[in-house]
Amino acid sequence: MTVELQAAEIVTKLEAALPGSTVESGGNTVVIKDEFVLKAAAFLKNTAGLDFNYLNFLTATDYTTYFELVYDLVSLEHNHKIVLKTRLNNREKPELASVFNVWQGADFQEREIFDLFGITFTGHPNLKRIFLWEGFQGYPLRKDFKQ
Amino acid sequence: MSLKTETFLVNAGPQHPSTHGVFRMRFILDGEVIQDVEPVFGYLHRGIEKLSEGLTYSQDMVFTDRLDYLASMTNNEAYAVAVEKLAGIQVPERAEYLRVIMAELMRISSHLMGVGFLTNDIGAFLTPLLYMYREREKILDLFDMVCGQRLTYNYMRIGGVSQDIPDEFIPALKKFIDTLPKFIEEYEQLLKTNEILLIRTKNVGILTKEAAINYSTAGPVLRASGVKWDIRKAEPYSVYSRFNFEIPTGTKGDVYDRYRIKIEEMLQSIEIIKQAMAQLPQGDIMAKVPRVLRPPKGEAYGRIEGPKGELGFYLVSDGATNPYRLHIRPPSLLNLSPLRELAIGVKIADAMAIFGSIDICMGEVDR
Repeated sequence: MTVELQAAEIVTKLEAALPGSTVESGGNTVVIKDEFVLKAAAFLKNTAGLDFNYLNFLTATDYTTYFELVYDLVSLEHNHKIVLKTRLNNREKPELASVFNVWQGADFQEREIFDLFGITFTGHPNLKRIFLWEGFQGYPLRKDFKQ
Repeated sequence: MSLKTETFLVNAGPQHPSTHGVFRMRFILDGEVIQDVEPVFGYLHRGIEKLSEGLTYSQDMVFTDRLDYLASMTNNEAYAVAVEKLAGIQVPERAEYLRVIMAELMRISSHLMGVGFLTNDIGAFLTPLLYMYREREKILDLFDMVCGQRLTYNYMRIGGVSQDIPDEFIPALKKFIDTLPKFIEEYEQLLKTNEILLIRTKNVGILTKEAAINYSTAGPVLRASGVKWDIRKAEPYSVYSRFNFEIPTGTKGDVYDRYRIKIEEMLQSIEIIKQAMAQLPQGDIMAKVPRVLRPPKGEAYGRIEGPKGELGFYLVSDGATNPYRLHIRPPSLLNLSPLRELAIGVKIADAMAIFGSIDICMGEVDR
């Protein structure tokens, strides 16, 4: 049975390695500051005992005042999971570091978020629209999108 | 005298006999060898995630049928599991068993198509595929008996299943289950020792264990690379913890392993169906669910092991009748992630074998 790791345990470890990186936590969810995403990702993947080697899915939600990104992380070795989140307040030019170099499974998923939410992932090797065509106006999954 | 060489571009798709739907690949070739490949998606993009935000939870069920249209039953189930988790609905036991039976039949059907299309892609044009269709037809007849549909079932609903099975279903299912292993054996005789199949599949498109995990692949692709990971065992949903079955894994991660895994899994599914039939209890098939569902504020991620891998729905509720956000974790899209790495350096003819072995459905890739 997949064990849902307690957020408090992860927060302690994250804070020890990356002071000031976490914002809040609860249940199995840890919210971190957006500038720490790449470092936290590498930490969670490479730390013995955590070994989050599998990015289960990556998606975003538009909460009208901010975007929330969800990283659903699983360790196939230990069969445990945690949800990592981060928030972006800049609606005009949302930008976040790509985790492609940590989990290559992020490739298409980051392109999808770029396509449908307009969030730019810096460091992604091939960031362009995945489903919609070049020149499409707007980002459909944003709540203020008008057809 | 020196000869000038240059690379050239070959376009495959969106209309191509072996692209399993409208999918396009742009190959950069050096002679016959692939130097680079870029997959191009989006020809079937309908914006299901956005459309879902405008309809109620139960209305969204019909979209799930149209994701992976070769496995509509399991799509229904994944969505139902996610909404039930979000709203805290307990499904009656009989409904859980019916779900298991239908999901395993669906898995067999999807794997039949997966294997059939793979043989099609490597040159055994249509003959083996039609054998597959012959058996799949029997499964579709069973589904027709249960819910009157052959492709888009909408059978599993939030809280249970739409209707109980008719009296003639169990005898028909028994008959099918008894004959299927014999058919698989017959099919194996045709292919297992077929020299052409072995040459085209063995040691072609090897995906290492590490790469399979790192690229977030799931299902038969992940297991063929030697990772024992199946949601039915890793986080048993429904009543899967009550059945005895094995998770077949591959050793090499080549096209042949991905093909073998599907055959083995069909045999395991038969075992599960036999056990489920024996244990099938009487009782309700539907929980008490309000006509207009308003799940409490919050979020949930429900997942199942679909035929092509982990299929999950991430739902965010703001307490209204419509989901605030619905995200689908599509196994077909994520299984395509290693395509570029697998294709670079191989001959273009093998690219089709690799692509066929990944077994995708464009309805789920583009959504």
